[in-house]
Amino acid sequence: MMKQFSYRHAKESQLMDHMKESDLFTFAEFKEEEAERTGYSNYSYWKSTIQAFFKNRGAVVLLVFLILLLIFTFIQPYLPGQYDPNKILNDANGMHYRNVPPGKVFLLGTNSIGQDLWARIWAGTRTSLLIGILVTIAEAIIGISVGVIWGYVRKVDFILTEIYNIIDNIPNTIILILISYILKPSVQTLVFAMCLTGWIQMARFIRNQILIIRDRDYNVASRCLGTPTGRIIVKNLLPYLVSVIMLRMALTIPAAIGNEVFITYIGLGLPVDIPSLGNLINEGRVLITSAALRYQLIYPTIILSFVTISFYIIGNAFSDAADPKNHV
Amino acid sequence: MVKYLAKRIARSFLTLAVILTVVFCLLRFMPIEGYFQNFDKMTPQQIQVGLKEMGLTDPLPAQILRFFNDLLHGDLGVSRIYRTNVSVSRILADKVPVSIKLGLWSMVLSLVIGLPLGAVMARYQYRWPDRLGTLFIVCIQAVPAAVYYLYLQLYGSSLLDVGLLFKMEDPKYWLLPVFSMSLGNVAFYGMWLRRYMVDESNRDYVKLAKAKGLSEGEIMFKHIFRNAFVPLVQYIPTAFLNTVIGSIYIESLYSIPGMGGLLVMVIKKHDNAMVQGIVLLYACVGVLGLLFGDILMVMLDPRISLGRKEGDR
Repeated sequence: MMKQFSYRHAKESQLMDHMKESDLFTFAEFKEEEAERTGYSNYSYWKSTIQAFFKNRGAVVLLVFLILLLIFTFIQPYLPGQYDPNKILNDANGMHYRNVPPGKVFLLGTNSIGQDLWARIWAGTRTSLLIGILVTIAEAIIGISVGVIWGYVRKVDFILTEIYNIIDNIPNTIILILISYILKPSVQTLVFAMCLTGWIQMARFIRNQILIIRDRDYNVASRCLGTPTGRIIVKNLLPYLVSVIMLRMALTIPAAIGNEVFITYIGLGLPVDIPSLGNLINEGRVLITSAALRYQLIYPTIILSFVTISFYIIGNAFSDAADPKNHV
Repeated sequence: MVKYLAKRIARSFLTLAVILTVVFCLLRFMPIEGYFQNFDKMTPQQIQVGLKEMGLTDPLPAQILRFFNDLLHGDLGVSRIYRTNVSVSRILADKVPVSIKLGLWSMVLSLVIGLPLGAVMARYQYRWPDRLGTLFIVCIQAVPAAVYYLYLQLYGSSLLDVGLLFKMEDPKYWLLPVFSMSLGNVAFYGMWLRRYMVDESNRDYVKLAKAKGLSEGEIMFKHIFRNAFVPLVQYIPTAFLNTVIGSIYIESLYSIPGMGGLLVMVIKKHDNAMVQGIVLLYACVGVLGLLFGDILMVMLDPRISLGRKEGDR
């Protein structure tokens, strides 16, 4: 061993003797490819996430369709030849256009009192999407803030768990009825009522996620180094949860829309002059027995199903893309 | 373990008391118009007399005390509007068994279909059984239950040749409601079992089992399934107890005289004693479900211990 080493050493010094100073030490030029190879990379989390998301063709197509749908609900009233969703339409003799089947004059037909279903469906989709998005944003803001504290600060865990048990067991119907008595039924009221009971589910979900990761080694290390709690939450915990939070939010939007259908079913929903998918489906349900009128149930259901499936698939695709393990 | 359980049960009673008090107070905030059918035609005196008869003029704490006193003597009060002067416990005793029977059968059905579905989907991940199952799950979740229940009834009842009026004794009449009610849960169990099984199948112990030369089927069912089933087991007692609540859609569609929709109806009719009775029942079910879920989880997975669950982590 020793012999080998000294042999190499001797050889090197022999080599060096023949070299000039300038050959031995030269400045390396900066080459980008070389720099890349040695581990430095301009990796950006969000850029990689978006790149990974765009690789999922199906989800991208659905996202485009969903955005087009959303834009269309807003521009539809301004297109030429549209009817007002609440106007009861009369024919030349002054009779209401009742239950006109889909055709040239009314693209999707009219309902039982003579309102244009095409206009009502788009107005309803707009209302329902608005409800879904507002509820989700509100729930996310309240739920994430409370959930993080609930999961991270041990002292409040007991109190919040008991509050959860209580709120979770109070029937939503009582709260909904009380709110609809106190406030006038409108989109804002409905959103408020749904958030009032919904935020705690979101908080519970976040709390469970935080509990799982709060004592991982990297967090313990941060704590030992004296990182303030706020920084641990924002820099260590939340980035880890981006993918699950995104998935949860994507699923909350259709859930809120579906919830609206249920609230309308039990008779606490929006008044009929604010069309929503819940209203429309409920009106259509009554007509299921006559085959000729079933279109009034099927069209709103198709839109609702499309929105739900899109959010489900986009949410899953985005959540996969947001997971750094799936980045190249 | 025993100490933990005793503590937890004691706390559950406290939670129940708080829930009942909150609901009791909320009910007293309801507008008084709802208590009378012809409110507009009544004089203020008549309204006062009416409220006094119902004991609503006493101060709130006195009302609450009276309610809990009655409750401890096993008296839930009498229904005022829903079925006038019939005791709440009698009404519930009539209705609960119907909902339990319906819910239990649908739970059994959804477990029997849903678990194998999830297992098969995980076994053939990304192949056609998985895709087919995913399609089914997405469809069930996307189409509102209110709509597909209707279609199932429409086509199912002509297929099975059953009338619109529900007959309790005829098993044929139970088929459709049970099947419709289980669909949502089939999707739920299938989806989550697949998720957990796929997650488990990347673990080291599975690799070891493979290296040992165990057959694929044996690994799937003896190793992966048992571990993947633990998180799901938590929901089963709750699902079982929740059968008491019934399904509002199904029971009104098939006119089954169960619990579904009863709560919404009595809240709207201001039948306070009924609301309190039902809320008590539901809250008990919720609290007990969580407790049994945790106990079952400990029994199935020896690594989980309850006593330390909250403090040490």
